[in-house]
Amino acid sequence: MRRLCAFAVVALAGCASGISDDEARLRAERVFRESFTHGNREMAVKVEKQDEVQAWCSLYRNQPPRDVAERIERSQAASIRYPASGKLLGDWRQGEKIAQDGYGLRFTDPDTKRANGGNCYNCHRISPAEISFGTIGPSLSRFGALRGTGEATQRYVYGKIFDSQASTACSQMPRFGHNGVLTEEQIMHLVALLLDPDSPVNK
Amino acid sequence: MPLRRPQALLLAAMLLPCLSPAQQDTQKEIERYRQLLAEGNPAELFEARGEELWKVPRGPKKTSLEQCDLGLGAGVVKGAFARLPRYFADTDRVQDLESRLLSCMVTLQGFKPEEAARNPFSVPGRPSDLEALASYVAGQSRGMKLAAPIEHPKEIEAFRIGEQLFYRRAGPHDFACVSCHGENGKRIRLQELPKLTDPNDARKIFTTWPAYRVSQGSVRTMQHRLYDCYWQMRHPQMDYASEASIALEVFMAKYANGGEIQAPGLKR
Amino acid sequence: MADPMRIRAIMAGDKVEVRVLMSHEMETGQRKDAKGAVVPAHFIQSVTVSCAGKTVLSAQWGPSVSKNPFMHFRFKGGKPGDKVSISWVDNKGERRTDEVVIGGG
Repeated sequence: MRRLCAFAVVALAGCASGISDDEARLRAERVFRESFTHGNREMAVKVEKQDEVQAWCSLYRNQPPRDVAERIERSQAASIRYPASGKLLGDWRQGEKIAQDGYGLRFTDPDTKRANGGNCYNCHRISPAEISFGTIGPSLSRFGALRGTGEATQRYVYGKIFDSQASTACSQMPRFGHNGVLTEEQIMHLVALLLDPDSPVNK
Repeated sequence: MPLRRPQALLLAAMLLPCLSPAQQDTQKEIERYRQLLAEGNPAELFEARGEELWKVPRGPKKTSLEQCDLGLGAGVVKGAFARLPRYFADTDRVQDLESRLLSCMVTLQGFKPEEAARNPFSVPGRPSDLEALASYVAGQSRGMKLAAPIEHPKEIEAFRIGEQLFYRRAGPHDFACVSCHGENGKRIRLQELPKLTDPNDARKIFTTWPAYRVSQGSVRTMQHRLYDCYWQMRHPQMDYASEASIALEVFMAKYANGGEIQAPGLKR
Repeated sequence: MADPMRIRAIMAGDKVEVRVLMSHEMETGQRKDAKGAVVPAHFIQSVTVSCAGKTVLSAQWGPSVSKNPFMHFRFKGGKPGDKVSISWVDNKGERRTDEVVIGGG
């Protein structure tokens, strides 16, 4: 991390306003810690401490230099855990529900027994029937029909949902498996939503 | 937080007979919906209540807020919002509208800081004085161009800190402000997202807060906008009028400067 | 006591054009609070508008009308300087009346 920080100073230096970027970053960290004091302490501790990937992507504003990008992709690829059963395709109907559901991990979501949602429609077009979709991520419409539904594609999709940064460092997409937002089973359902020939996505 | 579906459309549609035939395009429909709503922005009710709250003696000192210095001198409300956030010498920090209202409630009216900030966001049946006061003050700069100063060393520092925070990814979803506000022409579901570092977007959006939110049945302030963003980002509750919130506002104001104040606005 | 209404009444040709904003919770009786308890219904049930002592509009409302309702209508027979008076009564018997003088178009 130290080596990378030194690189950043060179890369981003040159702002005309008194303090260096390193100093601005230090002050921003202090300000951040002092601005989330009244809520859930456990949550606050978690967001105060960034993991390496978050720190790098923040530092490089999601455009890491090649060496950093490669390090991120390698470490994230190594974190992907595929289901022990070898089966990757779940139930697309369950997948659709997970893709619609935004529940979970907000400070007003106290029900820890209720499963987290994937909230996929916030950013992606998926099933044609759902017209309320976001556009931050690419359209996944007809994904399986266009890309094939074989095992290689299944592994790619499972891996992408588990940890998007294994293939694209500093992707905006949450690392649903890596960060424990979705379970193995839930990710399999989402794989089915995209790849099952019977899923409305491929109709 | 329990939300209500916007029902005003039904009402407005019922009472405004001269509409064009049904349009298929979703975006056009949303635009039409917004126009119908804009005919009668309930934020006006908040402005009226805010003006009354501004002028009536309150608090332990039984004083009104009429001598509050919002940056243009004690008692000047007209145009003050167009110059916020800014550095204030008496508190030696950069303050936004809401933070400054709290200062005045404490110094002029004698409220304890925690009393002043006790109810920043209304819920049904418990209106917020701060939402009303912010609506009133913002409305007194309607039509003026935003010109938040970024000159004083503390204003510049706030901008630099805000910039760092804007790109700071954290939490179980790895989200930062830039996750949603870094590109032009994107949406969450059907909600368009401004690219906040693009003056074309920032000038149109930053200048419309506070705004009446139909889905929440209340005016919401910029502080609430940020609090709600961090809620979506799976962060904990952001402190009201916190330094981070003000730094982010200064950061956004830099790109929004020059835009015409259209606050309080009206949103879904 | 509810907050005052905001009323605008201006001449538009030979008609009076009225825009009203009312401050009211308009609880449907179906919403639950944070603890899961039903929030009791509380909504405007009737609205009456009169001009120079004559009723020009009366409406029966229900819980499907939005919070802080906005109403927009036109009527014939008013002239600049006349008073438009608007009243509502809600299901708890609370009521409010506000007036405005018709302005020129």
